[in-house]
Amino acid sequence: MSLLDIFKRSKPPTIAAQAKERLQIVLAHERSDRNSPDFLPALQQELLAVIKKYVSVDEDKVAVKLERESGCSMLEVNVELPSPAARAAAAAAAAVKGKTAPAS
Amino acid sequence: MAKIITMTSGKGGVGKTTSSAAVGTGLALRGFKTCIIDFDVGLRNLDLIMGCERRVVFDFINVINGEARLNQALIKDKRVENLYILPTSQTRDKDALTPAGVGKILDELKKEFDYIICDSPAGIEKGALMALYWADHAIVVTNPEVSSVRDSDRILGVIQAKSRRAEQGLEPVQEHLLVTRYDVERVEKGEMLKVDDVLEILAIPLLGIIPESPAVLKASNVGMPVVLDDKSTAGQAYADAVGRFLGEKIEHRFIKPEKKGLLDRLLRRTA
Repeated sequence: MSLLDIFKRSKPPTIAAQAKERLQIVLAHERSDRNSPDFLPALQQELLAVIKKYVSVDEDKVAVKLERESGCSMLEVNVELPSPAARAAAAAAAAVKGKTAPAS
Repeated sequence: MAKIITMTSGKGGVGKTTSSAAVGTGLALRGFKTCIIDFDVGLRNLDLIMGCERRVVFDFINVINGEARLNQALIKDKRVENLYILPTSQTRDKDALTPAGVGKILDELKKEFDYIICDSPAGIEKGALMALYWADHAIVVTNPEVSSVRDSDRILGVIQAKSRRAEQGLEPVQEHLLVTRYDVERVEKGEMLKVDDVLEILAIPLLGIIPESPAVLKASNVGMPVVLDDKSTAGQAYADAVGRFLGEKIEHRFIKPEKKGLLDRLLRRTA
């Protein structure tokens, strides 16, 4: 390490570098999704059908969220279960979390 | 053998029509008999860029519907030998384009021309699909900007899946990247994607880099393809791109900022 290095701050990434990184992440996902059908609506329906076998849930109380990061995708399914009158105070949310296969 | 070149981008406003006019005119200047077809049904603009808007009588759709003969609809350019324009309809919509009708006209044009340029509309709907279906070459026009690069990637996927060559399992459409509105000053400042970044992401061969230039607006204002303005950087860059398309080895120009004198630099620093 030379003396000069002390005065050199590591530069923050340029705006262009941020643009490039965002593009690379989004395109990696879009390319891998290109040939696979959009399965989220069907997944939501089927999950709901399974849950309904055991508890009665409101169709509007199901939220499916997909979070994309560079390494993997996070699929989050939130199902709000109705609170029984006896335990009205109890938190009525159950979260089911799962990971989809990491995008190649 | 006639070649069909589709000028496409996915995103609108990136310079497809400007590039169709410039590349088509450039090919005609090289002695190739060239026809440029406007596929943007309902939003006709190639005629304005080429400066032949007052000579349009019949159009592409008239010919498809058998209301006019091909020779009646083709407009011969008054400046450049071997150059023809096939304008589109301003009143119909994209549904007027039928695969059979378009195919028949392209087959007819192929007998007479060396190059047929299909100026695609924006989007990935019917008009764009019709423009890319018969392509032998696709020139993807991209601005160094996130939405344009993303849409270019998308349209490349469409070309690889839905073109005639893909459907029939023939040799794939040859893809070429044309980066337009490149601003070297902003690239130097780290504000704009470098051409290398765009190339790394899209991973197709680079045909040319057209610098941001006031000559492009000037040329469209007067209805002249910018390649005819051989004093302008954009015009020269298009001429180079045409040379590269024809297989010539031409180095890329206008990708480094002009060297500033000492005085300029001093003034800049204090400004």
